[in-house]
Amino acid sequence: MTWQAEVLFEGAATGKVLRLDAPISFWGGVDPRSACITLAGHPQRGQSIAGQVLVIPQLIGSSSSSAVMLELFYCGMAPAALILGGRDAILPVGVVVARQMGRPTIPVVVMQSPPFETGDRLSVSPEGRIERL
Amino acid sequence: MPVDLTDYEKSMLAGAVGTDGDRMAMEVVAQSARMLGAKGLVEIQSSHIDGCLYHGDSGALYCEKLVEGGARVRVPATTNVGALNLLNPDQCRLPPDQRKMAFRLMVAHERMGCTPSWTCAPYQAGARPALGTQVAWGESNAVAFANTVLGARTNRYGDFLDIACAISGRAPRYGLHRSRNRHAKLVLDVTGLPQALRAQSAFYPVLGAIIGRLAGETVCAVTGLAPGAAEDDLKALCAAAAATGAVALLHLVGITPEAPDLQTALGGQPPEETIVLTRDMLIDARDGLSLAADGPIDSVALGSPHFSAEECRAVLALAGGHRFLVPVYICLGRHTVSALEQDGTDRALRELGVVFVADTCVVVTPILPDTPGVMMTNSAKFAHYATGNTGHLPVFGTLGECVASAQAGRVVRDKAVWA
Repeated sequence: MTWQAEVLFEGAATGKVLRLDAPISFWGGVDPRSACITLAGHPQRGQSIAGQVLVIPQLIGSSSSSAVMLELFYCGMAPAALILGGRDAILPVGVVVARQMGRPTIPVVVMQSPPFETGDRLSVSPEGRIERL
Repeated sequence: MPVDLTDYEKSMLAGAVGTDGDRMAMEVVAQSARMLGAKGLVEIQSSHIDGCLYHGDSGALYCEKLVEGGARVRVPATTNVGALNLLNPDQCRLPPDQRKMAFRLMVAHERMGCTPSWTCAPYQAGARPALGTQVAWGESNAVAFANTVLGARTNRYGDFLDIACAISGRAPRYGLHRSRNRHAKLVLDVTGLPQALRAQSAFYPVLGAIIGRLAGETVCAVTGLAPGAAEDDLKALCAAAAATGAVALLHLVGITPEAPDLQTALGGQPPEETIVLTRDMLIDARDGLSLAADGPIDSVALGSPHFSAEECRAVLALAGGHRFLVPVYICLGRHTVSALEQDGTDRALRELGVVFVADTCVVVTPILPDTPGVMMTNSAKFAHYATGNTGHLPVFGTLGECVASAQAGRVVRDKAVWA
């Protein structure tokens, strides 16, 4: 099955989904060195986002999250792709800046109510086509 | 949807005008505009930069790359807090390698031509954009104050985009830059609360905490506030609302320049919802700001947003010459330190046991003792962030209660305040 998402930052990736079941701000919610979710009470607390196709239906927009995103790239702990439930510039700005720093980047796409569950294997194409493998 | 750029903006993006740093900055702004669905950019008149706070080495390395690329800010740009008190660098307990990078990040901002204000209350350090001015500010309380109290126009800008706006002189044309998005949709009516309660300084941060939770990102109008509210009270209100919700603009009817009356604040439309605030809601919100029971305290933290000289003098007056049993941290800008040195207030407060924290604050960098304890504060913003950022448990109180509690070493309440 395939879905079409809007491309915020172009790229291709394949990987396993980690879905965040509660809103999160990366700043104060994700430790960039370990890539682990640290937010107290978060359903995915303790899990690593590194290398995952990260599905984030709802973000909380702490503006410092761009810096956490860049630091994840810097530490080699970035997710494989971001699938966002709404338009956002905070996390993708971290990706734009990572590219300016010469780091390999990741696709960022947006779609309403992304239906993907933790453990799904997905591929994301540069055109925003998402396929369940 | 493509973003409609002017020829000048296109040239900068292509690297045909300006430095390589300009090109990088314009790329961040134009890409953000596209991602946000903005059709174009707005020219901005000033910026307040939140990105000078250390979150990891990569941020410092990026800003140094901008510096090497010749980036200089095109508009006046004040700096928010950094991770270090540059007037007393040993106060911060970051490991030495991180301290070095935090310092390099701050220096990179100075080298890009930012005004080194190192304060989260730039509007009390001379940065006061006029009504209707387009600006790109970061730091949530400063954004809310700029929109609400000054009537300037900004969204909540964060790391990298803030400095990119300052360098390019542009911001994505979306959200609160546009008149049509500035009208209130939610009304909060506080008219029914006792007059004496509404006149208390402590009323404002608690009201802000309620607004943040009720409004989220929705623009909210508040009716029933006393017209003569002190600027420091409005500062506390905006900070609380912006910390507990994604609030960037409030219409305080009779105070906000764009809200001379409710009708204007609503843009002539009926509100989507009106909430009448009760005393019980207020007391609930107040109690929600404390995570420890009244009892012994380990410190008092004041100054989120940064304390003004007036607030510092109020502490001195309330103390009545009696020393504090626990440290009282006052976070403030260096402009306020200078003001307090003029009349000896700084020395008098130090003698009582005040620890001044300039250029930074106790919830963004490790300054409080390692062993977590109970931290009393009159700031809803400190109360909101204390546990997550420092491990210390907050107790909320009025400024008078904070001072009396610091002298007693345990929470002292003034029952009359909330009667």
